[in-house]
Amino acid sequence: MTDTTSGESAPTKSRNLIAALELDTRLLGMIGAFIVICLIFNVLTDGRFMTPRNIFNLTIQTASVAIMATGMVFVIVTRHIDLSVGALLATCSAIMAMMQTVVTPDWLGLGLNHPATAPIAIVVGILAGLIIGAFQGWMVGYLTIPAFIVTLGGYLVWRNVAWHLTKGQTIGPLDENFQLFGGINGTLGETWSWVFAAGAILASFYALWQSRRAKVAHEFPVKPVWAELALGAIIAAVIVGFVAILNAYEIPERRLERIFEARGEVMPEGLVMGYGIPISVLLLIVIAIVMTVVARRTRLGRYIFATGGNPEAAVLAGINTRMLTVKVFAMMGVLCAISAIVASSRQTFHSNDIGTLDELRVIAAAVIGGTALSGGMGTIYGAILGALIMQSLQSGMAMVGVDAPYQNIVVGMVLVLAVYIDIVYRRRTGDKT
Amino acid sequence: MTAPLVEMRDMVKSFGGIKAVDHVTIDLNPGEVVGVLGHNGAGKSVLMKMLSGALERDEGEIWINGEKATINNPRDARNYQIETIYQYLALADNLDAASNLFLGRELVSPLGFVDDAKMEAETRKIMGRLNPNFRRFHTPVAGLSGGQRQSVAIARAVYFNAKILIMDEPTAALGVQETRMVAELIEQLKSEGIGILLIDHDIHQVKLLCDRANVMKNGQLVGTVKVDEVSEDDMLGMIIAGKCPPQGIPGPGALS
Repeated sequence: MTDTTSGESAPTKSRNLIAALELDTRLLGMIGAFIVICLIFNVLTDGRFMTPRNIFNLTIQTASVAIMATGMVFVIVTRHIDLSVGALLATCSAIMAMMQTVVTPDWLGLGLNHPATAPIAIVVGILAGLIIGAFQGWMVGYLTIPAFIVTLGGYLVWRNVAWHLTKGQTIGPLDENFQLFGGINGTLGETWSWVFAAGAILASFYALWQSRRAKVAHEFPVKPVWAELALGAIIAAVIVGFVAILNAYEIPERRLERIFEARGEVMPEGLVMGYGIPISVLLLIVIAIVMTVVARRTRLGRYIFATGGNPEAAVLAGINTRMLTVKVFAMMGVLCAISAIVASSRQTFHSNDIGTLDELRVIAAAVIGGTALSGGMGTIYGAILGALIMQSLQSGMAMVGVDAPYQNIVVGMVLVLAVYIDIVYRRRTGDKT
Repeated sequence: MTAPLVEMRDMVKSFGGIKAVDHVTIDLNPGEVVGVLGHNGAGKSVLMKMLSGALERDEGEIWINGEKATINNPRDARNYQIETIYQYLALADNLDAASNLFLGRELVSPLGFVDDAKMEAETRKIMGRLNPNFRRFHTPVAGLSGGQRQSVAIARAVYFNAKILIMDEPTAALGVQETRMVAELIEQLKSEGIGILLIDHDIHQVKLLCDRANVMKNGQLVGTVKVDEVSEDDMLGMIIAGKCPPQGIPGPGALS
């Protein structure tokens, strides 16, 4: 063939393997950076950084910001911004705290720790997030007030609505079932964690196979089978490794004793049990998958990216970009409410300062993860990795004994550096989007 | 006589106090290429945008195949098989050719998920017809040349079986070779019975491609002429002076 305009140019030799596996080099770069950070801190802390215990803690500390960051990707991709997420989290948290400490026990007369309390509180909290988010989206989309202004106002409003709802008090302790979402108080345990791992591996292989089948059906070129299998093996290894680490974090003996005591049983001698996957992390994984599917496999996701790439073209193609804006902010609101569940149950009470500065962490996570503020570009996994990188830096420095103000200085510099590296990367690869 | 494919009657559109389109009436028959000419700001693009649904008209009626049509947004226009190729290529730069071709009309699987493989296959088919050298199906269209991008925009119109095609300066951003490709394509579409409204600055191009031409000035119609009955100078006179030659049908904007 005399094809000179081919985009599928022959890869250079050094990149043959990556090309065969069709991996995203940007993703590889981020994973590489993350590994380097982990290794450095592991050396500086004499091996304390990469213990199961610390990795477990890292995952539960990351969950709340990472959940919101997935929604922030859509907001930024459509060329908007949301400065109100931390404040919205606080309002949702306050509503849920009041639901489970005042409304259900007293007004509904269900008493404390009733099985219906947590579901009621969660449903009300998520509805609140949905309504507030949709309302802000309506102001942006239909009243055409810039998102920066709407959510800057929202930042002041919702932070203090939360204060008003709780009369400025700390509300707790929260319902016992509700606290299951907080991380260490709710984990799958070893067996279910392995069940989850098996399910995840099967699902990954199914997804790989499906995608290959679709390509074959339309006679598109496919990767060699060995590459497909290698990719599957890498994914499986990562899943197994992740679950093995979380399972290796053992429940302290005294705590185990208390669990058996509460059940009225005697703990067998020498019993050892691992925590397994925290429910909050499971929640994050599910949200990440759902949001990725929305981004890549639904019309909504396609329209979000099209609108970010060229809003006029989207309108001319018949897309209702105003309603789209409402949907994007409504999704952000729901995710703030879910993060509120995770954040408040992790500290076992609602406090006035919950979610403070989260808007900046969430935006930074999305941006470090490759979401372009000019719109049209970003990935869900990138945002989650961004959140993880920031949390690792912060935890690592805390373990080394760096004071909080210096931690913030470093994180701030990393944010700017990460975006600069991304710009250079795009220039080099000729990726103009 | 059968009804024309499109009739736009007494179309009016104002922005603030300015009448961008002032009681303009034009028509288009199947298999005909009709030019819409005029200076910048003469109202050509506004007139076309009312037909494509991108702008809502203040007054006037649109008749399609002898029936009164309701076009209030781009989706309505698409339902009448009206497709538009815009001057500033209305493509989302961050998406690939297939995503752009199907934007707003994605093919979905039975479960409601977008079927990228099928859309790519369809895109490969249609592009194979229009621009056989095109291979860059996985590149965001920002990375394509002007001609390649234009062929994606044209493929969109052809794929969805446009009966009425609006082309807003389709060759403005193109080189000589690519302009010729678009001209050949217009001939081909015309022979398939599609009616084409062509907005252009280039009188030479209009003489070459169009059967009739409408000239607008300050939002008003100067007149309608058959291009082979008038000279390029006559058309220039219409555009600049608003003077309708005796062979043409004068509109309300003609110099008396």
